Amino acid sequence: MQIGCSMHWSSFSEFWAMGGYAVYVWGSFGLTALAMVAEACLVRHRRQALMRELRTDADGCVGVDGRTECGERCINAQRP
Amino acid sequence: MTAMNVRIGTWFKYASPQYFYGLAGQLWPWFAALSAVLMGVGLWVGLLVAPTDAQQGQAYRIIFVHVPTSQMSMLIYVVMAAWAALGLAFNTRLSGMMASALAPTGAMFTLLSLVTGSLWGKPMWGAWWVWDARLTSELILLFLYLGFMALQSSIDDPRRADKACAVLALVGVVNVPIIYFSVVWWNTLHQGASVSLSKAPSMAAPMLWGMVVMVLAFWMYAVAVALARVRTIILERERHADWVQHALE
Repeated sequence: MQIGCSMHWSSFSEFWAMGGYAVYVWGSFGLTALAMVAEACLVRHRRQALMRELRTDADGCVGVDGRTECGERCINAQRP
Repeated sequence: MTAMNVRIGTWFKYASPQYFYGLAGQLWPWFAALSAVLMGVGLWVGLLVAPTDAQQGQAYRIIFVHVPTSQMSMLIYVVMAAWAALGLAFNTRLSGMMASALAPTGAMFTLLSLVTGSLWGKPMWGAWWVWDARLTSELILLFLYLGFMALQSSIDDPRRADKACAVLALVGVVNVPIIYFSVVWWNTLHQGASVSLSKAPSMAAPMLWGMVVMVLAFWMYAVAVALARVRTIILERERHADWVQHALE
């Protein structure tokens, strides 16, 4: 198997044009990339939302890094 | 207890969501990094090194995303069904969590397979869609994934949801060999297998290798995303356990 620097494109515009099939080829690659990045972002977002929810206790106090920051409903928590 | 029993016993601890949470946390970045590297190599080979196709010109390069997404759509479903079977057999919580973690990724890849297939079909066949055996069975796979996710959301008790979804996953897994063998069993517009275990591949080496590397890249990505997602699912479902409180700090 030989993989050398034997590129088949003589210019970037040729690469971009994909022999006239640019819409189909770049559409496919683009949508795939978009979907995978979006999924990774959604996974991260879901985790962050859960962490925020779990760190907010019943009094509305958000515990962050061991300290308690008080929201409006919080009356019993220790102030930092 | 013999040394062997102790070693096997050690592995079983990862069936506990608490321990798997930690293991998944350590593993997923490695799979993500591996995926990124393989993606770079695969794209370089597929877009820059692989030659033009004699019949399809540059349009064939869609193969470098279409085949990986299709392969993953099938593989993920089989793995999901395997976790489902384990969950039904051993009544383990983590099995259901893993199946739930895999479903969205599988659905996404199935959708991408259909869309990239359409984008390939339009210039090559002149049609965005045909009701041939492979395309139709892949569409059914999408419905199975979506059905799995919908069923999960519709049942409040997670354990009952897991069981119901497990049955759905196992009933639906028969579709995967149908998709795979559709091009052999029926007269399809979709082309047959270019790669087989018994004879030499009919495509040029850089094309084949680019495809293989991209499949591996997508596989590693799927593992990374599933492991990351299952961590959140574990926290969601085990939120009242003591260890979760410690994990938040």
